[in-house]
Amino acid sequence: MDAIRTNALTLGYGEEDIIEELDLVIPKGKITVFIGGNGSGKSTLLRSLARLLKPKDGSVVLDGADIARTPTKKIAQKLSILPQSPVAPEGLTVLELVKQGRYPYQSWLNQWSEKDEKAVQRAMEVTGVKDLSERKVDSLSGGQRQRAWIAMNLAQDTDIILLDEPTTYLDLTHQIDILDLLSDLNEEENRTIVMVLHDINLACRYADHIVAISNKNIYQQGDPDTIVTPELVANVFGLRCQIMNDPHSGTPMCIPFSRGRRKKDADHERKMDA
Amino acid sequence: MKRYVPFRIGNISFLMNYRSIAYVIGLVLLTIILIILSLGIGQLKVSPLEVVRAVFDSSSDMNNLVVQSFRMPRVLMALFAGAGLAVSGAILQGMIRNPLASPDIIGITGGAAFATVGFLAFFSDRSNTLTVSIQWLPLASFIGAIVTGFLVYFLAWKKGGIKPIRLVLIGIGVSAAVQAFTTMIMILGPIFTASRANIWITGSVNGANWSEVWTIIPWFFLLMAILFVYVRRLNVQELGEDLAANAGSLIQRDRFMLITLSTSLAGIAVAFAGGIGFVGLMAPHMARRLVGSSFGSLIPVSALVGGCIVIAADLIARTAFAPLEVPVGVLTSAIGAPYFIYLLYKSRNQ
Repeated sequence: MDAIRTNALTLGYGEEDIIEELDLVIPKGKITVFIGGNGSGKSTLLRSLARLLKPKDGSVVLDGADIARTPTKKIAQKLSILPQSPVAPEGLTVLELVKQGRYPYQSWLNQWSEKDEKAVQRAMEVTGVKDLSERKVDSLSGGQRQRAWIAMNLAQDTDIILLDEPTTYLDLTHQIDILDLLSDLNEEENRTIVMVLHDINLACRYADHIVAISNKNIYQQGDPDTIVTPELVANVFGLRCQIMNDPHSGTPMCIPFSRGRRKKDADHERKMDA
Repeated sequence: MKRYVPFRIGNISFLMNYRSIAYVIGLVLLTIILIILSLGIGQLKVSPLEVVRAVFDSSSDMNNLVVQSFRMPRVLMALFAGAGLAVSGAILQGMIRNPLASPDIIGITGGAAFATVGFLAFFSDRSNTLTVSIQWLPLASFIGAIVTGFLVYFLAWKKGGIKPIRLVLIGIGVSAAVQAFTTMIMILGPIFTASRANIWITGSVNGANWSEVWTIIPWFFLLMAILFVYVRRLNVQELGEDLAANAGSLIQRDRFMLITLSTSLAGIAVAFAGGIGFVGLMAPHMARRLVGSSFGSLIPVSALVGGCIVIAADLIARTAFAPLEVPVGVLTSAIGAPYFIYLLYKSRNQ
């Protein structure tokens, strides 16, 4: 089963193409992660899946229908996207933000039905921001703020959730925290998650399916255990590395070859021992 | 007491914010107090109690006349002009996502000024008498505001949509251009036109009469009623283009409608009260400090704050320098300009 599919999708700004004739299938009920270097077009691709960017050519298909020909409100009931580092309006409370997720279900006279209220309460519970509901979004810490935004997406109650670098600007603890939350949403509620991540090690830990993007198309895709190799990292990121198994999760872990103080010290110590 | 309480009858449902309702009630009381004060203070001093009696026609004949015929229309004009400008600014600030946006900055006021000055110059004969009734002046100003609003909108149009930042930059450009034309007409025209136009440009509610008040009130409430339907759309616009699209809103259609509403609200205000400066910038900003950014609360609170600012400014403008009377716009600009600089200073790191 596929959640989203693209047919010969070409994307770009102005003259230049960023993605060319891409055929992609996003598996349903799985976590898919796009990886690639800066400017490889992974965010552009994600945005186009959520109709935030019109394709130059080709199409994006959701539930068997071209999204360009589906009413935007209908799409909003099936798919939601969280852009990279969104900014909340000054003084907006968490509840007022999360409530916006209900937009596709409301009309001007019916803005807070019991169903809306339940969905918003649940979204705030799952993401752990219920106690913050009357706090202003701009007064929250980075991790709390990101949870509030994810709560908004959850209130939208869509089977598919796209996230553009949801862990940017967060410290490691909160990065793990957000990714664990997304992983729970995938396992417990069977939501399809598609996200762009910069950290290849975290991508390998959390993804069921990795799509490596390079050269305006897919370099390779599949289970991280099989596809993430030194060769892939070299070709997609231009980095020489060694791939080991993460001692905690057993997933691939990338050890970059780089200069650095430590190695010299280690060499020195080895000599001293000898 | 809980801050958010749902309101539901059948298929009609809203989330009410008690804190905002409390602010609205408080501001309504403040507005009433300001109106009573303003009606009582002047060359003829009337005590607050007598003012209330005069409103109901039961004070002395002199008091009844001064309060009802001279001061009341002026105070109500100040209230509705201030409210119109404030709400216009609130819409623009939300849509453009920038607290520095306001009807004066994107050229709406400038366009109205140009039309006003043009009207005075074009319809004056050699002896400086108007060849058409002065009653048409507000219509000219209103048309000037609307035409400039749409000119800015269409110049900002690019590749099937408008980007808020383009709208601001083009607004500033158009504003500068019409200002140049306005100045040119004033310099070339007779002194009479220039001084009269100058008072209009500064903004004044002096000489407002009942027929003007009865014109602005229905328009104001009609536009506010339409805006009420659009509050939900304004709320998602404020999250930015990507999130508004994500929520399934028709961004460009909503923007067009919201700009029309904002321009019209500023248009009816400047048509009768002239280019009262900085109210459209200050009032929504102050309102946001009180009730945050959710437009269901922000719009009524902005309207009341704007109305209070102009009533208070006009009260000071006509009493502080008595017997000299200063146009109210001088006062609002005197407070507004430093406020603007303060906002700029505060946002320098963003």
